[in-house]
Amino acid sequence: MPTFVYMTRCDACGHCVDICPSDIMHIDKVTRRAYNIEPNMCWECFSCVKACPQHAIDVRGYADFAPLGHSVRVKRDEEKGVIAWRIKFRNGQKDMELLAPITTKPWGKHVPKLAEVQGPTQEMRDSQLLYNEPKYIRMDDGDIHTLKSNGLKMKAGVYY
Amino acid sequence: MTHKTVIEENIDILVCGAGLGGTGAAFEARYWGQDKKIVIAEKANIDRSGAVAQGLYAINCYMGTRFGENNPEDHVRYARIDLMGMVREDLLFDMARHVDSAVHQFEEWGLPLMKDPKKGTYLREGRWQIMIHGESYKPIVAEAAKKSADKVFNRICVTHLLMDEAKENRVAGAVGFNVRTGDYHVFKSKAVIVAAGGASNIFKPRSVGEGAGRVWYAPWSSGSAYGLLIGAGAKMTQMENRIVLARFKDGYGPVGAYFLHLKTYTQNAYGEEYESKWWPELQKMVGKEYLDPELAHRTHRPIPTCLRNHALISEVNAGRGPIHMVTMEAFQDPHLEEIGWHNFLGMTVGQAVLWAATDVDPKNENPELTTSEPYVMGSHATGCGAWCSGPEDVSPPEYYWGYNRMTTVEGLFGAGDAVGGTPHAFSSGSFTEGRIAAKAACKYIDDGKAEGLQVSQAQIDGRKAEIYKPMEHFRTYRNEITAGTVNPNYLYPRQGLDRLQKLMDEYCGGQSVNYMTNDKLLNIGLKKMTILEEDLEKIAAEDYHELMRAWELKHRHRASEAVFHHTLFREETRWPGYYYRGDHMKVDDDNWHVLTVSRRDPETGEYTMEKAPCYHLVDEDE
Repeated sequence: MPTFVYMTRCDACGHCVDICPSDIMHIDKVTRRAYNIEPNMCWECFSCVKACPQHAIDVRGYADFAPLGHSVRVKRDEEKGVIAWRIKFRNGQKDMELLAPITTKPWGKHVPKLAEVQGPTQEMRDSQLLYNEPKYIRMDDGDIHTLKSNGLKMKAGVYY
Repeated sequence: MTHKTVIEENIDILVCGAGLGGTGAAFEARYWGQDKKIVIAEKANIDRSGAVAQGLYAINCYMGTRFGENNPEDHVRYARIDLMGMVREDLLFDMARHVDSAVHQFEEWGLPLMKDPKKGTYLREGRWQIMIHGESYKPIVAEAAKKSADKVFNRICVTHLLMDEAKENRVAGAVGFNVRTGDYHVFKSKAVIVAAGGASNIFKPRSVGEGAGRVWYAPWSSGSAYGLLIGAGAKMTQMENRIVLARFKDGYGPVGAYFLHLKTYTQNAYGEEYESKWWPELQKMVGKEYLDPELAHRTHRPIPTCLRNHALISEVNAGRGPIHMVTMEAFQDPHLEEIGWHNFLGMTVGQAVLWAATDVDPKNENPELTTSEPYVMGSHATGCGAWCSGPEDVSPPEYYWGYNRMTTVEGLFGAGDAVGGTPHAFSSGSFTEGRIAAKAACKYIDDGKAEGLQVSQAQIDGRKAEIYKPMEHFRTYRNEITAGTVNPNYLYPRQGLDRLQKLMDEYCGGQSVNYMTNDKLLNIGLKKMTILEEDLEKIAAEDYHELMRAWELKHRHRASEAVFHHTLFREETRWPGYYYRGDHMKVDDDNWHVLTVSRRDPETGEYTMEKAPCYHLVDEDE
């Protein structure tokens, strides 16, 4: 859908406003609740749905091609590192629950802080290597691939 | 109306746009510039911004060199044939030789990559694609960028680059505004890496109402990569090379995992295989060099994406539509059925919503496919973007001017959609390009190339006045009418966007004309684009959100204008299935086996077009 917000659940905490990539979740000045101000710029990305602590945001498929009466609900848990989905069909024939991991490690703990790692040598600066290379870029952990090492050249003309 | 000015000075590396390209740039910059000031300006919130905001279920660019799967040159050859020869092979080789480093680090950071239990490798979906549980792909890489950056400015819509006034054609920073507070932001920086997005929503979409948001590429990808770079006078390349996607109808759900992993296939409305019957006629248009089904079958060389689109479009036009994806066989396997659904939930939830709404159970019926409206971008199966320098050890002289991924403006670098000629980078390749650009930008500064930058107060004040003009314009003329949206003095951004989309569609080869255009149509379209630009001076914005839409529209217009000029310049039909030049319906290798390069003069607005040689990676003895 575009997203919509249930009046009785929203407490105007603003998490959806903070996260929406399209800047379309705003707080209504009269009701003091969040709402989608521009449904035709909504990607149904579910960023706001996942971010809402009250589960107040839901999605109703785009009106120009999606009939009413369906449901796709989600619960994302960073602590447990999983996301749970439930899909219900309009005709009630299908009701699926799907679970997927979102991370394998405690959140953010294994991302290096590059200000604290040993800086590059001049030799590395003068090379084509990037941080942490040549680890992972070769089978034999040798040096970076070059035209020479791979027996190649660049040639102008018509080649397919 | 007054707006606070917030000045951030003495920045070394400014990253404009923090999707996958920008996060890669900010992350890597800290390694090469340990004492440098690294700042990110992002239009949304870095945790969920860019094309990967809702996640991905695959990483489409991974060599697996470590496991002996592919070498970088193999990927270059694949991208070359898929784009009908028109790629920057130096940049592609460079990206491919580094990309595995990024992917393995993603795994170390916690991104769940699926494994092949027998081989111990990552689970392959296709030769280049690996499968991931990537719902949190973006927040995970955002952590890396946040740890490296000195400051992250969320909700800043960057509108223009600042230019140095001491030395011509050198960048000095960027300006924009906070879409929530309305503050004017000035970033003075020695080097700038533009990693903003490609362009969705510049061609009229198939959907007619709310569904306009369910575009294939994110609706917030407003062509700012091109708007910013073209505005600064950077040369662009391959802007004619828009992409059309064959996708599930209306939801535009991805088909990659369906074709490659689930082994589903397409057929026409009458249950017939249709592609092969279009090959003989198409081969006359493009030549056997580009379309050789027998060779493709024998060697697994892919048939270019555009040509497969051509077969789909032709079959529908012949009255045998719709085209269906045959899912009913694969989906009988409960494991494959689950993958089919997870695939959507991981990256295009809207497709799952649509199938739930329309009771489409792919186990019991074969869903419809369609071809989308065109998109202009540079990281999927197309390569629009800036004309950038390649790496010293790979690039021929025409492709090399000192700093890797630097545009033709000094100190101005690109990554992701911003870099031209590098299709098939996807998420991992865009991140890698950001890393490459960051290393080069640090070197540019260390070499003393950014000394003595001068930005006058007049430049800063001039841009400020320009940025807020749509709000002034609204206030000036609003009360001339009683109420409503019709005003003879101004257009709202949505009204301007509708006009842009209609004229791109009708004159530049959109979906409602079956992707067809010619020189006459393009020339009419260009005239209308000029008049639209005059009207964009009269765009009105009621609030800061709408002001953002106004500037997105201006960026989209700037990108679209380049698409027109490039499409007019290339007098051939290089990518049937992406678009057709009705006056030149064949591939013309004698005259057009070249890359197209444009420059818009920022002072006069005049375009100059040139051909650049197309170098290919060949064996040493060839």
